[in-house]
Amino acid sequence: MYKSFLIKYAEIGVKGKNRYLFEEALVKQIKYALKKAEGEFAVRRTDGRIYVDALSDFDFEETVESLKKVFGISGICPVVYVEDEGFEKLGEDVVRYIGDVYPDRDKTFKVAARRARKNYPLDSMEINVELGGVILDAYPEMRVDVHKPDILLHVEVRDKIYLYSEIIPGPGGMPVGTGGKAMLLLSGGIDSPVAGWMIAKRGVKIDAVYFHAPPYTSERAKQKVVDLAKKVAAYAGPVWLHVVNFTDIQLYIYDKCPHDELTIIMRRYMMRIAEHIAKETECLGLITGESIGQVASQTMASLAATNEVCTMPVYRPLIGFDKMEIVEIAEKIDSYETSILPYEDCCTIFVAKHPVTKPNLNIIKRHEQNLQEGIDELVEKALETKEVIVVQA
Amino acid sequence: MEVYLDNSATTVCLAEAAQLMHRILCEDYGNPSSLHHKGVEAEAYLRYAEETFAKLLKVNEKDIYFTSGGTESDNIALIGAAMANHRSGRHVITTKIEHPAVLQTTAYLEDQGFEVTYLSVDRQGRISLDELSDAIRSDTILVSIMHTNNEIGSIQPIAEAGALIKKKNPKTLFHVDAVQGFGKVRLYPKKMQVDMLSVSAHKIHGPKGVGLLYLREGAKVSPVMYGGGQQRGLRSGTENLPGIAGFAKAAESAYENLEQDVERMYALREELTKAVKNIPDVVINGCPGREGAAHIVSASFGGVRSEVLLHALEERGIYVSAGSACAAHKPQPSATLKAIGVEKELLHSTIRFSLSARTTGEEIAYACQNLEEIVPKLRRYTRH
Repeated sequence: MYKSFLIKYAEIGVKGKNRYLFEEALVKQIKYALKKAEGEFAVRRTDGRIYVDALSDFDFEETVESLKKVFGISGICPVVYVEDEGFEKLGEDVVRYIGDVYPDRDKTFKVAARRARKNYPLDSMEINVELGGVILDAYPEMRVDVHKPDILLHVEVRDKIYLYSEIIPGPGGMPVGTGGKAMLLLSGGIDSPVAGWMIAKRGVKIDAVYFHAPPYTSERAKQKVVDLAKKVAAYAGPVWLHVVNFTDIQLYIYDKCPHDELTIIMRRYMMRIAEHIAKETECLGLITGESIGQVASQTMASLAATNEVCTMPVYRPLIGFDKMEIVEIAEKIDSYETSILPYEDCCTIFVAKHPVTKPNLNIIKRHEQNLQEGIDELVEKALETKEVIVVQA
Repeated sequence: MEVYLDNSATTVCLAEAAQLMHRILCEDYGNPSSLHHKGVEAEAYLRYAEETFAKLLKVNEKDIYFTSGGTESDNIALIGAAMANHRSGRHVITTKIEHPAVLQTTAYLEDQGFEVTYLSVDRQGRISLDELSDAIRSDTILVSIMHTNNEIGSIQPIAEAGALIKKKNPKTLFHVDAVQGFGKVRLYPKKMQVDMLSVSAHKIHGPKGVGLLYLREGAKVSPVMYGGGQQRGLRSGTENLPGIAGFAKAAESAYENLEQDVERMYALREELTKAVKNIPDVVINGCPGREGAAHIVSASFGGVRSEVLLHALEERGIYVSAGSACAAHKPQPSATLKAIGVEKELLHSTIRFSLSARTTGEEIAYACQNLEEIVPKLRRYTRH
């Protein structure tokens, strides 16, 4: 029955003169999301609204699922267009609409008319009253409730007359591409894809960096990270994944620095490299999946020690989240099953039995001096040999 | 240089087998059950394959049933025997070191109310005939013992077990999973008093997705799949003819120079074992010398994680396995290694090298040389 959707967006409506930029980004993201769905669609902006019209046969569920992944959409309303062929015909159309959409009609309702085309013979109030009467005549089991109706039937008089009453919640947030770009440190665990998703939700385009350490981490671990990037890309659009070979740097630190500081120093180098790539690719910030106290390297002191190497802002959207809360989102965005595949990532391979939890920045810096001789060359080599994979959803 | 030492996981397909399969897929593609010429032509391939295996195993050709591989053969043997004989008893005996195709199936039988005894093994991975003898009861309907273990290459005394089982309870069926043994040892089920024998094609340079079950005529086994009644009703479904023909081709080829090939593999295995033993803090698992399989070396490298060693060898073009291939998806330590008493610290430090008749001395030398280089290097960097 439905061939069209009215797309509701919340926040972007209030962005003043920038509004058209936000709407354009939203249209672009909707088109991207629908590319994989079956059928052909037109996405149009009219009267400060966005509509998705199916031009061919399409799968309703799949289309709604695709739209639910577009940040910026607050609601998806399946809408029916009817031609304006007089009020009597409109009454018939409305009765048929309710008959089709609500098999169980033991419900309360309210008509909310809007007359955008002012030359329509009835005004909004009159449409409400008249159509209410028509519905009550057709379905005596229905009752009017103007305060909390079960069904709020929108009737909008435009070039055609638009009928809709269902609102499927969208993901909210802002259209990706309106908020610049950030570099996500993607590890293969549960947290980092969720962190990327959360920042993407605020309209930020996501690129990612993954540190792999062959032979200590396997090809399958890398594939897993590509798969996770894919989950993020389902919401955020194509993700450029930078794969950095970290083995030599890691072994060098292992040779030169105290073992219990290995993780912190290693993470400091990851942040340095990530920032370097981020600057090169015009990112405006870094994103990590850290949450205070989750592991030794995520205590306040450790975070301060790793944060110290960057001048770029580091966004940590999960900072106050418990593991269970993170898992909940991971399940929602379908990254959880992939995240728990048992491949080791490079953060855990050499982890000390008792890593420092309160690193002293001065001591860390002093121990980093031990690396002076060779580290720059190794970092340079890691950057030179990095591989870039464009991950599409 | 590429050195493939994971032949117990799978082998490269024999070119002649692949060519034959291509012809059957594209030209002689008939269904052996069809009445017309195309069907007759197809049936001829099937008959030929049955005859081939009947000859190699010295059994009757109508006792050969083609399946989708070792796992299916094991399933038909175990579930089929249990279902057909549950009125005579509900006791089954197997070992702790069987392949999951057997162990998961016996776990299913336990769920169905059968009682299963799991025989233990010694440090070298061999069962005790005394323990087997004690385990056999009047209600024991089935004993399933693997021929060659897939992880450590230990070989079980199948003929002795067969004699013992039939002596203690003539009604008990004896199944042998010979997926790793077939093609390395000449196996004669009748002589060993084996009622059912599982074989897989892709471990002997045949194609994947095909295997066989030998089932002695008169042994009571129910089908586990129902359909068009092919293969005397035991295994319905259109026969995988290209696979079956390729399988037969590969088996013929494996038997051509079997003794010489096995001799050579034993020599290469010896060389590899010696080199590995030269590396300090290494334990070789399984049976030494001729008591173990010619193609499997299992070694535990103290202080090295097997996955890391595997990937480090991979960087040099050497392909090995950490535990068995089926287990590489799960991080749990291998049941076989636990059963033979490998120390806890070594469970995740164990590598399996598996040879084939095609493995060359040069390849083994290359592998040995790289192992000697890599292992000490990896030991420098460990978790503390």
